Amino acid sequence: MNNIKKNRWKDQAFKFWGIFCTLLGLVLLAIFIGSIIVDGVQRIDWDFLTSLPSRKADRAGIYTALMGSVWVLVLTTIIALPVGIAAAIYLEEYAKKNRLSSLLEVNISNLAGVPSIIYGLLGLEIFVRIMQMGASVLAGSFTLALLILPIVIVSTREAIKAVPKSIRDASFALGASKWQTVSRQLLPASFGGILTGVILALSRAVGETAPLIVIGALTYVPFAPKSPMDEFSVLPIQIFNWISRPQHGFEVNAAAAIIILLLITFMMNGIAVYFRNKWQRKLK
Amino acid sequence: MVKEKKENIIDSNLQRKHKLRTKGVKVWYDDFMAIKGIDMNIKANKVTAFIGPSGCGKSTFLRLFNRMNDYVDGFRLEGEVTIDGENIYKKKVNVEQLRKQVGMVFQKPNPFPKSIFENVAYGLKIQGLKDKKFLQEKVERSLKRVALWDEVKDDLNKSALALSGGQQQRLCIARALAVEPSIILMDEPTSALDPLSTSKIEELIYELKKDYTIVIVTHNMQQASRVSDYTAFFYLGELIEYDKTKKLFTNPEKKQTENYITGRFG
Ligand SMILES: Nc1ncnc2c1ncn2[C@@H]1O[C@H](COP(=O)(O)OP(=O)(O)OP(=O)(O)O)[C@@H](O)[C@H]1O
Ligand SMILES: [Mg+2]
Repeated sequence: MNNIKKNRWKDQAFKFWGIFCTLLGLVLLAIFIGSIIVDGVQRIDWDFLTSLPSRKADRAGIYTALMGSVWVLVLTTIIALPVGIAAAIYLEEYAKKNRLSSLLEVNISNLAGVPSIIYGLLGLEIFVRIMQMGASVLAGSFTLALLILPIVIVSTREAIKAVPKSIRDASFALGASKWQTVSRQLLPASFGGILTGVILALSRAVGETAPLIVIGALTYVPFAPKSPMDEFSVLPIQIFNWISRPQHGFEVNAAAAIIILLLITFMMNGIAVYFRNKWQRKLK
Repeated sequence: MVKEKKENIIDSNLQRKHKLRTKGVKVWYDDFMAIKGIDMNIKANKVTAFIGPSGCGKSTFLRLFNRMNDYVDGFRLEGEVTIDGENIYKKKVNVEQLRKQVGMVFQKPNPFPKSIFENVAYGLKIQGLKDKKFLQEKVERSLKRVALWDEVKDDLNKSALALSGGQQQRLCIARALAVEPSIILMDEPTSALDPLSTSKIEELIYELKKDYTIVIVTHNMQQASRVSDYTAFFYLGELIEYDKTKKLFTNPEKKQTENYITGRFG
């Protein structure tokens, strides 16, 4: 057979295989989201967002879990952001490039791949027991902060690395110290990239369930947390709880709560994409 | 007695005339020897050009004077580099302070992604100078000095990245001038620019040498002969010939120099 013809045939075959695989993923996702929307969307109203949990499915709402998620999100940001950015700056700009620093680097990348339940066990031991925070919002936030720290560090380093060397040169040549160069040039120039990484990391944190269950977050809380030391639940745990009940009404509730959770993560990812595009344009 | 005094005066005159000096300078990047023992005196208020084929160590040698090689992994220096008789590689030397005295202009214009005003004021702001009026005066004077003021005076808050390449490079020179250095190092400052912008910068260099000691690396022989008073020819990490520009270009001592300036190699 003619070689050119054979190659063209292979080309076509691969193209269709590729299209099929892409569509398969998209279609499955669409079916999944579609069925959830069909199940849950009529359940979503203002009452659903502002009602406390209840044993009766049609009166139960996600207020406490939603507030728990917001608390966790805010506290996790406050904890992970400064630590992660400081670590990234240190590794990128200050640490001498030697065996130790490359060992550190590899380990941080590895940490990003550790199953989240392990972080839960770590959080249980350190924050809940040793530091005696109990199963509080604060303990949960510290645990999740630990979980997303590697992602924050890696993405911040990437963002700082993307600042052209010529900017560093210019700053140093004018007599700027390292810290002045970092704080006045590198951080502002990489702000968009850092923000993108942080938001993506947080959108992962808001969907985490396992580590929070391990540290003892509740599946049923009658009140939204009022301080960092209060007990709490979060949206994914609430969903898990509802799904595991036999009554059909709770299944609908779960679907509705999933829609809310998806909306939150999509929104966060959308913001991240927006900042990334804006930032890339700025760097030309 | 009288004679001794006279000698002293001559010596201090020499010192004033020789702004930059190197003695037995060798530079390594890891195992690679980039500068192989150079003694050189560079005169104050003159323009000195460094020429030579790519990779011969011009940039490396230039960047010794503001210690910009310090950040390069594997960089190692032997010998002495002095400015006004002070060894700038002594332990107690404050590198940031040194760089306020020795400005630098790079090959590619590298303005900060900030406003024109912020670019020029940056070197002063990092010294803790905040007074608005003072900064404004300084920015204006520096921009006038590089003949950029009339072009940008209404757009001081616009991004410096919106300027043309030639304007950006003049902005970078203004930024360096604002901190009042006495020495300006230029590493191929016009190699990324069009002919018109290039001639503007060359005029500027001519203007500036009244007040500054200027060292410029260039690959352009015409440029070297147009703007410089002295020219140094480097080859493979060595200083082959160093003389008045006119002499070096019309009547070089060494065969290698002649070959290079007539374009027979490099
Ligand atoms: N950071 C570095 N690490 C290792 N070697 C380097 C480094 N910088 C320069 N060198 C080497 O040192 C030698 C001199 O380099 P340098 O940049 O000073 O040359 P140059 O004369 O400025 O060249 P060009 O005209 O191309 O700019 C070259 O052989 C180069 O490969
Ligand atoms: Mg060079």
